[in-house]
Amino acid sequence: MKTIIGLEIHVQLATATKLFCGCSTDYQDDEPNTHCCPVCLGLPGALPRLNRKAVEYGLRVAKALDMRVLEESTFARKNYFYPDLAKAYQVTQDDKPLAVEGIVEIEDDEGHEKIIRITRAHLEEDPGRLVHVAGGSKYSLVDYNRSGIPLLEIVTEPDMRSPQEARRFLNKLRTILEYLEVFDGDREGGLRVDANISIEGSARVEVKNISSYKGVEKALTFEVTRQRNMIRRGQTVARETRHFMEGRGITTSSRGKEEAHDYRYFPDPDLGPLHVADRVADIDLPELPTARKDRFMEQYGASANHARTLTGDPRLADFYEEVAHVDPALAATWVADTLLGELNYRDMNITAVPPGHIIELLELLKIGTITDRAGVQVLRTLLDACVEGRPCETPAAIVEREGLGKTAGDEFTPIVRAVVAANPQAVEDYRSGKEGALNFLVGQVMKETRGRADPRELRKIVSESIRVDGV
Amino acid sequence: MAGTLNFSPDDRYNAFITTCGEAPFGDGALAGIAVAVKDNISTAGIQTTCASRILAGYIPPYDAHVVELLRGAGAAIVGKTNMDEFGMGSTTGTSAFGPTKNPVDLDRVPGGSSGGSAAAVAAGLVPMALGTDAGGAIRCPAAFCGIVGFKPTSGRVSRYGLIAHTSSLEEIGPMAQTVEDVSRLLSVIARYDPRDSMMTDRPYDHRPSAEIKGLRVGIPAEYFGEGVDERIGEQVRSAIGVLEDLGAELVPVSIPGMRYALPAYSIICMSEASSNLARYDGVRYGPAVDTKKSWHEAYQDLRGEYLGVEARRRVLLGTLTLSAGYAGRYHAKALAARQNITRDFERAFSDVDIIAGPTMPTVAFRPDEVTDPLTLYRLDALTVPASLAGIPAISVPCGRVENLPVGLQLMGRRFEDERVIDVAFAYEQEGRA
Repeated sequence: MKTIIGLEIHVQLATATKLFCGCSTDYQDDEPNTHCCPVCLGLPGALPRLNRKAVEYGLRVAKALDMRVLEESTFARKNYFYPDLAKAYQVTQDDKPLAVEGIVEIEDDEGHEKIIRITRAHLEEDPGRLVHVAGGSKYSLVDYNRSGIPLLEIVTEPDMRSPQEARRFLNKLRTILEYLEVFDGDREGGLRVDANISIEGSARVEVKNISSYKGVEKALTFEVTRQRNMIRRGQTVARETRHFMEGRGITTSSRGKEEAHDYRYFPDPDLGPLHVADRVADIDLPELPTARKDRFMEQYGASANHARTLTGDPRLADFYEEVAHVDPALAATWVADTLLGELNYRDMNITAVPPGHIIELLELLKIGTITDRAGVQVLRTLLDACVEGRPCETPAAIVEREGLGKTAGDEFTPIVRAVVAANPQAVEDYRSGKEGALNFLVGQVMKETRGRADPRELRKIVSESIRVDGV
Repeated sequence: MAGTLNFSPDDRYNAFITTCGEAPFGDGALAGIAVAVKDNISTAGIQTTCASRILAGYIPPYDAHVVELLRGAGAAIVGKTNMDEFGMGSTTGTSAFGPTKNPVDLDRVPGGSSGGSAAAVAAGLVPMALGTDAGGAIRCPAAFCGIVGFKPTSGRVSRYGLIAHTSSLEEIGPMAQTVEDVSRLLSVIARYDPRDSMMTDRPYDHRPSAEIKGLRVGIPAEYFGEGVDERIGEQVRSAIGVLEDLGAELVPVSIPGMRYALPAYSIICMSEASSNLARYDGVRYGPAVDTKKSWHEAYQDLRGEYLGVEARRRVLLGTLTLSAGYAGRYHAKALAARQNITRDFERAFSDVDIIAGPTMPTVAFRPDEVTDPLTLYRLDALTVPASLAGIPAISVPCGRVENLPVGLQLMGRRFEDERVIDVAFAYEQEGRA
């Protein structure tokens, strides 16, 4: 039984002002209804004036996804009643969208390259937002700060075959959008998804209201299981719209609410047609994720995995390129594995890390001033300070203050002697040819020296010390 | 120079919904001149109702572009004039604030929907007023009340702040006793406003000239055919004869697409109205929604109660004409018919400079004489075509029938508003002489 998934993605475009008026889009932490004017409030008589930047952003996406921009595209009104919809219609695009027929490359579940076809991309305005008052109030409040935020709706063909593929597609799309600088990935609700999912031969179910891209895999996995179970039991999957309950990780039927809608689309008489196809040629696209990944492998000798991880976020990739000159391979490991892990652990953003500090850390590691283990310790100390907003000490200062510098071998001689003396059995085992015993002894010395010693060097010292002592 | 104008009109015609007893004015081209504004044009701080109960009490926080321009030119905004509810009618009889009476004969309708503005000017309460015209709503009351009313080329005057009834057809225009005053008011309001995306930057800076020698005037047979009162036809033909005397050449033309003009107009107008009026749901305008009901039910009850019968009829019909399964049969065909009429006019204007005919097929009637909607819709037959084509059109008084005013309608090419004004001015000067 084949799983068939198609997505509709609503992307908030990161323009400074709204789609049809000059109100600022930067409302996230502000009081409700403070970023409004007659236009986005839908006051009688107000008229829309198209934001050229939003069109330009849409065209950038269209070009990056290899889409065909229509010679003429038009705006339409989508009519429906909802209290958060100021004009009782949404200005969107219907039969003449901005662009059609694009592609996104992803990896399928076997790791093979796969093409997801993009059906269309069109511009539309975000509605306002209902705020439900806690405690079973008889009323809801409306906040129009979001009303008129530009959205780009991207619709795919039903080309995905598993929830994991859908997640990979979204990750890829999101990365492309971030590379194009048309989208702010940190913004809550900046990317919202409706998913169409069916098991081959059965009815299609639309899952609405998936407001995080992480939720998509969850919602789809739930749906696949639910639909497969129904089919297994001989039941019929109903063609319906379902609602994703993010908190509970389940979907519920929203029958009756969405089904009967006739949106009565018609061309918006307040907005003329767009003729922007000829502008596409002049758009300079930045290097996109796939090209950058290939270049990282080529230029820095990064492994495919490292290259993919590093280019998965343009800011991470930029960061890597800033520090790579110290030693590309060392930098790749430290940024893609160590640093990224420590950032995730702290829920920190790469932008909070000063690249100069990491360059210094990499230099200390490269010339052997500190060991890998001490390096991790320096990194943690550094990030802990950054995350709390304290002034970040430089790695050299941390090494100095904490005495983490790798010391010359002879400084350890007394410790090595003491460990050898305290573990006669292990010494005996090593002499009789058990290599593992040496690891144990080295480990003991490492513990005593708090990781300042280079394990490889230490191995040499310990084994020499045993030989010398034995003579 | 700036000051306050005391305005206390003897409004026995019910021309005003709101009057401003003390209207401030400033310096400029219209310094101290009292101007009345139709009540569907937003005025900051002054109630703006569209003559509907559903908007009663709504005080806009902003001025329409034309109102900004009026204030900037020093005009005193003395009041908001009565109209058919949301502009839906040709008699000013569908107003929630009661009908307006025709100053020429108080027993007759003033025409509509800008009947309040026309009556205020005709009765001399104000020298000039703004009206709006989607299918004749300036020209019809101008003809019925015996004044001059002009609908500019679409895109010449900003609609920003005009409370939409039918967005693609409606224009703001001047109404006054003389062509000269109409031209004066137009030169204030026809200024580019980037907030109206459908606008063209073609400001009007023109003084009327009566020189029309050599002008080619087209006479479309369709404007003198069935449904047009023969006495009006005669009156208008003799007015056109005056133009010939002034040196114009008369040429027969044809607008065959006119037979579909009314249905096309009705469908476009009602479709857009159903969308434009949907926001009046009692949440932000008008009386509060009963919170005990579900919101859908509450909207339904409130809209049923506070929208008048004509508004409800048009919202319902417009909802039908946009619905899945009907939109192709109605709305799409109406747009095609509109294209055809526009092309008919373009073709005619390749041969002539002006097209002339009657404004209205009848003179002003008594309110109870015509009541059924279809007959009322048909009254717009001669004004609707210019609206569909987006061309400038003026109604200028040309004598009387049964002692009631008759309007001569003159139409011109897109953005040749100046020429239309000139021909009207020439006729007016000659008629007065």
